[in-house]
Amino acid sequence: MASSRFYSHNPKKYTLDHEWVSLDSETLLATISITHYAQSSLGDVVFVELPKVGDEVKAGEQIGAVESVKAASDIYAPISGVIEEVNSALDQQPSLLNKFPEGDGWLCKIRAANPDEMEILMTPEAYKEHCET
Amino acid sequence: MRTGLYDFHLEIKAQMVPFAGFSMPLLYGQTGQVASHKYVRDHVGLFDVGHMVQSFITGPSAERFLEWLTPSSLSSLVPFSSTLSVFLNEQGGIIDDTIICKHSEEKFYVVTNASRRDRDIEWIRSKIGEWNENHRNSGGIVRLEVLDNWGLVAVQGPEAASYLQTLTSYDLPQLTFGKSAYMDIGDVQCHVARGGYTGEDGFEISIPPEHTVATTRLLSKDPVQLIGLAARDSLRLEAGMCLYGHDLDESTSPVEAGLNWVIGKDRRQDNSGFIGAETVLGQLKNGVTRKRVGLVVEDVPAREGAKILHPETLEDIGVVTSGIPSPSLSKNIAMGYVQTVDGFNRKGKEVKVQVRGKPRNAVIQPLPFVPSRYWRGVSP
Repeated sequence: MASSRFYSHNPKKYTLDHEWVSLDSETLLATISITHYAQSSLGDVVFVELPKVGDEVKAGEQIGAVESVKAASDIYAPISGVIEEVNSALDQQPSLLNKFPEGDGWLCKIRAANPDEMEILMTPEAYKEHCET
Repeated sequence: MRTGLYDFHLEIKAQMVPFAGFSMPLLYGQTGQVASHKYVRDHVGLFDVGHMVQSFITGPSAERFLEWLTPSSLSSLVPFSSTLSVFLNEQGGIIDDTIICKHSEEKFYVVTNASRRDRDIEWIRSKIGEWNENHRNSGGIVRLEVLDNWGLVAVQGPEAASYLQTLTSYDLPQLTFGKSAYMDIGDVQCHVARGGYTGEDGFEISIPPEHTVATTRLLSKDPVQLIGLAARDSLRLEAGMCLYGHDLDESTSPVEAGLNWVIGKDRRQDNSGFIGAETVLGQLKNGVTRKRVGLVVEDVPAREGAKILHPETLEDIGVVTSGIPSPSLSKNIAMGYVQTVDGFNRKGKEVKVQVRGKPRNAVIQPLPFVPSRYWRGVSP
């Protein structure tokens, strides 16, 4: 699938809140979702609340939530920008977040206002360490 | 603390979490909460509830003593039948909810919440002290015996009875909802109470300490699946049942909690003399300003602590105390307390619930959300 190849060219960065971001440096579109670790601690995802296309968001701002039966996990914008696209497949199939959290279970795409914000996010190595501590 | 089944849980790959001072199974293996939940609704599951406190309250005046501690009509219970009840403080607030099973007027089997263990035991002991002081000369001494280390498992679901029947010679159709009996399971005598916390037919089985693991193994063979606390919570909420510390607390009365039916018909006169009677009977007569309700929330699940708002003015009119996306109904269900002024507690009333800063549409619904399917015997 084209999109999975696309992701692999854009190394992921991670947040303390267990989200990942993959920024396409040409289009400045940042794809975001929750990590495998996050989905596994949440359990069966049954509901996803996504932001609206066109919403302007600031880094750190709450933009939605991923919910299992037992708990709700807020989603924060990892970087600032405008919501360009949301993954509407999640409305019908929230379980995509459990099955493919780092692929087809993406949440939304943000057109990055300030790509430098990626710099302060964690590398895959740093994130791995974060999960283990 | 650990229940007698702790090692058994680890052996079958439970994910253990801290709960009320115990390490308890949340989920087993790779089975998710939704699958576990549905399995109980469709088939049969076994829950370790050995963290709950099992006790005997005994003595020549045990019945009168318990009718002082609770608003229940225990004298009208026949032996080996049980009732949901509440311990009330002097202000009529609920110290704990409990199942009281009468064995005789001198012996009651009482199950209370793990999270209230210390408070309950201290309360009962102190009240026994007062009672025995006052009844010393009339021979009415009451005792509390806590059954520490006894096993307690709940077998729940539409296939619970047919499965349990393969392990006992007791004629289970005789044991209707709310009844209990001593029966052999395998070759171990257990106390079996028909009922539970899921809304399904089922049994709560009290097992002597030395037999807990072996009897549980026997009780958890195919088709029975082990079910953890995660699904226990979603099942009880669909069944409209309260979880102490969330839907009930010491500032909440049984009338506010919609538990009027635990107040015995013959306990409602002014001199009925149970602790908290003044407040509770006053509320029965004059009404309350807030009541527990069920809610169905549009679009998003509402969780504990979400505010319930007036549909037009958006003023606070209540609060959600438990809420989940219901696995059985695919709707967002919740329980909470809402003001009775303007009838906001009435079925069908539209309100708003605040989730992530936004008011969401919600409707007051009668409880339970999923109809109960207790075994009440064959109709003649």
